[in-house]
Amino acid sequence: MKRRSLGLLALACATFGAALSHATVIAPEPVNDAAIIGAAFPKALSEFAFFQDAREQHPSARVHPYALNTPLWSDGAEKLRFIYLPEGTQLVADGAENSGGLLQFPVGAAIIKTFAFGEGADRRLIETRVLLHRADGWVALPYRWNAEQTEATLALAGGRIDLVTPAGETISYAIPNKNQCKGCHAKDGQVIPIGPKARNLSVKWMAQMLEGGALDRLPPGGATMPVWAGYTDKAPAERFARAYLDVNCAHCHQPGGGASNSGLDLRWEQADPHAIGIMKRPVAAGRGAGGHDFSVLPGQPDKSILLYRMDSAEPGIAMPELGKASVDKQGVAVVRRWIAEMK
Amino acid sequence: MNRMALAAVLLATAAPLAAETHRVEPGEGAAERLQEALILAAPGDVIELGAGRFVLTDGLSLDVDGVTLRGTGMEGGSASVLDFTGQQGAGEGLLVTSDNVTLRDFAVENPKGDGIKSKGADNIIYSGIRVTWTGGPKASNGAYGIYPVESTGVLVTNSKVSGASDAGIYVGQSRDITVRQNIVEYNVAGIEIENSRNALVTENIATRNTGGLLVFDLPGLPVMNGGNVILRRNVVADNDTPNFAPPGNIVASVRRGTGVLVMANDGVLIDENAFENNPTAHIMVVAYTQPFTDARYNPYARNVIVGFNAFGRGGDDPQLDGKEQLLAAFGGTLPPVLWDGIVEKDNGLKIATGVTGWSLNLSKPGQSLAEAQPGPLMLTPVESWEFPEVGAPAALEARLK
Repeated sequence: MKRRSLGLLALACATFGAALSHATVIAPEPVNDAAIIGAAFPKALSEFAFFQDAREQHPSARVHPYALNTPLWSDGAEKLRFIYLPEGTQLVADGAENSGGLLQFPVGAAIIKTFAFGEGADRRLIETRVLLHRADGWVALPYRWNAEQTEATLALAGGRIDLVTPAGETISYAIPNKNQCKGCHAKDGQVIPIGPKARNLSVKWMAQMLEGGALDRLPPGGATMPVWAGYTDKAPAERFARAYLDVNCAHCHQPGGGASNSGLDLRWEQADPHAIGIMKRPVAAGRGAGGHDFSVLPGQPDKSILLYRMDSAEPGIAMPELGKASVDKQGVAVVRRWIAEMK
Repeated sequence: MNRMALAAVLLATAAPLAAETHRVEPGEGAAERLQEALILAAPGDVIELGAGRFVLTDGLSLDVDGVTLRGTGMEGGSASVLDFTGQQGAGEGLLVTSDNVTLRDFAVENPKGDGIKSKGADNIIYSGIRVTWTGGPKASNGAYGIYPVESTGVLVTNSKVSGASDAGIYVGQSRDITVRQNIVEYNVAGIEIENSRNALVTENIATRNTGGLLVFDLPGLPVMNGGNVILRRNVVADNDTPNFAPPGNIVASVRRGTGVLVMANDGVLIDENAFENNPTAHIMVVAYTQPFTDARYNPYARNVIVGFNAFGRGGDDPQLDGKEQLLAAFGGTLPPVLWDGIVEKDNGLKIATGVTGWSLNLSKPGQSLAEAQPGPLMLTPVESWEFPEVGAPAALEARLK
């Protein structure tokens, strides 16, 4: 209701011209559609106007916050996720089974993800990554926040920043370069979104989007992945481990992905034990094999290459190769339990 | 020429409209400048590296078709060196994911993972590229130096790799490949062709590796059925470095002192090479040794031909169980060709007249070596054979002119 009245006010302003430009209520700035669909790489995040208050991450109209059941872990960063839909468009639920229910986005849409560290007033925005759906495909761009937290500027070549993780580790955090964005987001050479799949989104959120006209229908198979934050030692380890491996690894480790040549396929829907690493010998692991013979050796987490690489932060051994400078202890614990309980 | 005609010519030849050259010098901010240049390049552009040392903390990547990345040389005082000694992230020094890329005349040192990887990058050229782990052979070195994979059209030439803890030059899951006039030394495997077809490996020098030239076909990978590989006019000498591969990797099983190792594959010709001082065996031909469940996979070494090669000293200090008895039985030195004796049907090993060897006389893939019954190779030599001509497309050679 509030949004609609602001919209009417904006219309009124446009209609009555300059006379009303000094009105006490200022209409929110609309998202800059031209910046999304144009050919250029905007130099500053503010050019898109995705936020009414960027420091506080308060989104503009038609910029919808969302969350994932099981999120990608990035050194413990807090992630603020948004989807922008141009006026008159909506997300389309995908019926294709092999996409995991990846929502289909209209041209002109954008996905925005801000990475932050620190709590409350100490929260610092580090970077904001945007995926822009242009007529010729998706474009991925990284933006780096300044120390004053007033603006984020394009970091085509990526960058590094020293920070302390929530676990208390001091790390050199890497902002990916534009190609590295594609490294994770590419399938068969094309950039695609990864996160917003029906199976990893809450039904409540999808229902809200449907109600607001931002989604065409409720996709089947919604929310089949577990809510990671709800994990306990009594939860079934397999569901959580497989969800974790899908979200953290399968963007590369799947056919057509960046690590397809390894033959390891960690997608949630993959049912072949060998493909997900069970009794699978390494191909190009090098010292990443850690002296072990198999990716996953049932009952033997400490002899499983997959866990060895998850549990390392050393370049050349650590997996994932990008977006990680420290070890996700909870992720390791869950995958360890899964392998240990495996017959 | 009027503008329309010019446009027509440009369209007809699909030439880039205005290929530009961007020069990047080492020094302050070089990593960022270089990565930006690689991202902002247009198809057909040339990126020139200045002479000197580029100090890099993160892997570089190139995803634009038709780009040439060219330095001032791979060795000596005027070389362009990408120095990854302080690398903190990424799985390789340089990653190429676009087609028709030319990499030439620069060096990569001490990457934490692989040296240069090109994946799904068709028609790629590596020319005058040096990849070196400067601390010598160590298990902590990266796996592959030059690493094209899942590509059609690969040319690797005039390059040099040392210290790789797996293979110096590794071509995997690819086809139409030429690896010519390279030097590979102090790697676990000098050159490895794996799960690939139509590969010509010629005029290379493979020395001081654990194994010189490897041709493997492995199960469980997206691309299999490797074959049509020619190893011709290579020098394979003094491959006597103890295996330093991290355990778990297939190359960790390569015996020190192996000249050529063929495992599985359909069609390998080993001809006109010079072998000298490979203490285990100049040539070894075996079936895949591990258990596997992949129904698509054929573990046999089929249609392997050992043609006319020059065999010098070798087989005199084999890394084999029962070494003393074997040496005694064969008169102090093992003959040049070691075969496991395993045949699928009538498509097993063929040897040219004059080639000698010995067989383990095993009968099925995966059989224990304890069941071997070593004896002289008892094959009827052949005078001639037919083998397809293979290699990278001629257009790749032309691009280097």
